[in-house]
Formats: sequence, C-alpha cells, structure tokens
Amino acid sequence: MSKFRFLKIFLFFMLSVIIITTSVFAFSCKKKVKNTEIILATTTSTYDSGLLDELIPVFEEETTYKVKPIAVGTGEAIAMGERGEADVILVHSREEEDRFVEEGYGTERRDVMHNDFVIIGPEDDHSDISGLTAVEAYITISANEASFVSRGDDSGTNKKEIEIWEETGTTPQGDWYIESGQGMGETLRIADEKQAYTMTDRGTYLAQQNNLSLVVLVEGDEILFNPYRVIPVNPEKHKDININYEGAQAFVEFITGEKGQAIIKEFGVAEYGQPLFYPDVIK
Amino acid sequence: MEIIWQGIKQAIILIFTGNREVYEILFLTLKVSGSAVFFSMLLGIPVGVLVGLNKFPLKKFIIAVINTGMGLPPVAAGLIVILFIWRSGMLGFLKLMYTPPAMVIAQVLIASPIIAGITLAAVQQIDPKLKQQVLSLGANRFQVYWILIREARLPALAAVMAGFGGIISEVGAVIMVGGNIKGETRVLTTAIVQMVRMGNFDMAIALVVILLAITFGVNFLLTLIQQKEGIGWIRRF
Repeated sequence: MSKFRFLKIFLFFMLSVIIITTSVFAFSCKKKVKNTEIILATTTSTYDSGLLDELIPVFEEETTYKVKPIAVGTGEAIAMGERGEADVILVHSREEEDRFVEEGYGTERRDVMHNDFVIIGPEDDHSDISGLTAVEAYITISANEASFVSRGDDSGTNKKEIEIWEETGTTPQGDWYIESGQGMGETLRIADEKQAYTMTDRGTYLAQQNNLSLVVLVEGDEILFNPYRVIPVNPEKHKDININYEGAQAFVEFITGEKGQAIIKEFGVAEYGQPLFYPDVIK
Repeated sequence: MEIIWQGIKQAIILIFTGNREVYEILFLTLKVSGSAVFFSMLLGIPVGVLVGLNKFPLKKFIIAVINTGMGLPPVAAGLIVILFIWRSGMLGFLKLMYTPPAMVIAQVLIASPIIAGITLAAVQQIDPKLKQQVLSLGANRFQVYWILIREARLPALAAVMAGFGGIISEVGAVIMVGGNIKGETRVLTTAIVQMVRMGNFDMAIALVVILLAITFGVNFLLTLIQQKEGIGWIRRF
C-alpha cells in the first residue's frame, strides 16, 4: 500500500465532489440568468418598519423584476453600492449620499420620503430634557452622565447622532454612553431595558411602541429631519459586473411615482394612527 | 411567563391553520439544512474514514485542520463564502449571492468538518485487528472501507445529528449569504431575528417553538435508530 495512492484517491474524491456540487448549483441557477433581479441595499428602518413588504410586491407585480431587499445600515448600504454589490440603494444620510453621487458611484439622487428623528427616554425623564432642542438635550445628557444608547453601527441614524454630538462640542464617552452596534429595533429594546435615553427614527419607534415604555421627549427640531433618498448605482463604475441599471431605474421611477408614493403615504395609518413616512413627491 | 404561553399557543395556531408564511419558512429551512447535511455527509464521512484509516504524511496536520473546522464560527464560514460569491468575487458570475444554494454552501462549510471529525474519531476507535482480519480474508481496499464504515455507522449517525443540529440552528452564515429575504432566503433562525427586530414577539416565540420541535424530532428519530440496533432496515445497510 503506497502512501501516495491514498493521497491520489483523496484528491480525486475531493475534486469530484467539488465539481459535482458546483455544476449542480451552476445548473440550477442557469434558469435565472436573465437579468430580472434587483438588489436593493437599504436601511433597517425602512425594512423593520414593514414598509418594503408593502412596496415590493406591488412593484414586482407591475414589472417583471424581482427585488432582493438587503437590510443593512446606511454606511454598509453605500459601501455595497460602491462595490457594485447592489443595483440601487435607499438610504438616509445626506452627506454620504452626496459624496456617493459626486464620486460617480451613483447616477442621480431622488427624494423619496422623510420622517423625523426623536429623542426618547424613560417616562420620569430624570435628566429633564423634555422640550429642549436636540443639541441642548445631548449636552444635558452628557453633563448628567445619563445612560444613552447609541447605534454605533455607522448607520444613517448613527451618523445623525454623531452630527448632533459634534454640534454640542463634546465627545460622548464613559460608562453612560452605550454603543449597541445593532439595528434600531434591538437598540430600542436595549434602551428600554436599561431605561436609557436614545435617538430613533419615528417610524421604528411607532412600530415598536407597544413593546416599549420609553416616551418621546425631544421632537420637531430642525436638525432631526430625516430624509430618505434613492440612488441607482452607476453601471459605468463596474463594467465587469452586471449591474441591473434598467431595473434600478424602474424601481426609482416606481418608488417616486404615484403608486409608490401613495403606498408610502398610507403605510401605518391604519395601525398607528399616523403615517410612519411622509412622501416627498406627492403631498 | 405570559408571553411564552402566548407564543406556544400562537405556534400551535400557526401550524394547524396552515399559515403560508410559516410553512414557506419551514420548508425552506428543511430544504436548505437538509441538502446541506446531505452534501456534508458525502464530503465528511469519506474524508473522516480515509483520514482515520490511513497513514500518510501530514496526517496530524490534516486532523488538526478538521478539528479546527469543527469549531468554525458560522460568521467566519459566511464571510469566506461571500468573499467568493460576491458579484465582484471569483464566482460572482454564478449569481449565487442571496440565494438558497449560497446558504447550502455556507452550511456545508460548517457541517462537513463536524461530520468528518466525529467520523474520524469513530473509525479510529475501531479495533485495528478488524482491518487486519478483513484484509487477511482477501478483501480489497474498498471492501475494507465498506466494512469499517458499517462498523462505525452509529457514531457516523451521531456525526450527522451533530452536523444537522449545528446548521439548522445557526444564523450568522445564512443571514450573511442569504440576506434574509422574505419568501426566498428567510429560514427559521433569520425569521426569528427579524421578528424580534420588528417587535413581533408572539411570532418569534412561535418560530422558536417550531425550530425546537424540528430539531427535537430529527434528533429523536436518529436517536431511536442509534439506540435500537435491531431496526431492520439499518441492519441491512
């Protein structure tokens, strides 16, 4: 029994298994090669609120496209667009969006909808931030070292939070400043468990309100405005990858069109008594 | 406590009223983890047997690699897979990203070292005299393997159970490569994550109950087979 005979058998075996499995997969995927798939990289706030579950089926029915929504933070969604891993992105961070389009990764930015951020906290509001502006509230929270939960995940909400901290001129750090590193839903629950302050988009807060004891303390401040925009990824930047630009444009037209906007306007009204997002194209 | 009972009640209602979403998620989970465990068996058992029963250079090194693989964190498996199947990756042209086959590949990466490792340990436990004996009776190499695999079939079954349990309950890899797309790549574990995120705890608990019921059911069946040597069909195997 030679030692190397075994190695040969072993290698042959491994190779055949690998070849068989890849060919099976390649074959099973052939059917779908026609470019009808759109990868939509978006934020957890649009996804976890359930809005996309309303929008996408209608869009798919009207067109022949198939949308694959991937819910990540705004930072990651933009990174996916830069790498060409997504065909279209729906995000909320103005500065990043502008950079994305100016550097040529996206072809255009279109306003879709907006809502606002709110600062929420325990009912007793022990740091007394109710009614303050966002910047004043943050200054008070940090001065009192009251527990504050940050997303800490480079999402649009997180970027907005950092923007406000920058306005205050202080850098939040210490045991009171908790970075969850998770989506808005989880972050709300962590804040709730710890009876801490946090900032959230209003949509996710409304959708989760039944499970939370935290209340809205700061709202209506201009800095808390939260606009969402949709950007198709530039296929010229990724010539070696098959970006579905037509599909992306169709999705942009749909979500900024009459039907998409009407769905956004109606979404959540029946359940929460108010819309979670306000459409930007129709009033 | 209240919420747990409600969840269990909800689970029973969802199952018996034939809730379409739940059944879709359930079937996809079984399809993905079932085929992943099947491919992992094809890969893991022969590798375990061959490595366990032969002497060759670098044997210890390969065993160490397999043992490391047994503890491979699912997120690591997920990351390795997406690096290949990204659109810009080596296998990007196959368009596997965010599809069930991608989830199967990631799960095979997790389960096959587990199955190979346990099989390997099992065949090494077999009395080496048996191999000598079979050889002296004139068996060829493959007949020897066959007899030794038969001898180790019960531990191999344990290996399959461990592999299946490992992948049906993991979330890190499937959420990375599958994207947790409703109706397409959403399996039980990622659905649970999503339901918790959306604050839908009833549904989350119901899905946990279903997940536990499946893993228990599969393991119970395999345990029955393992403990009852006498079941006819396995004896013929």
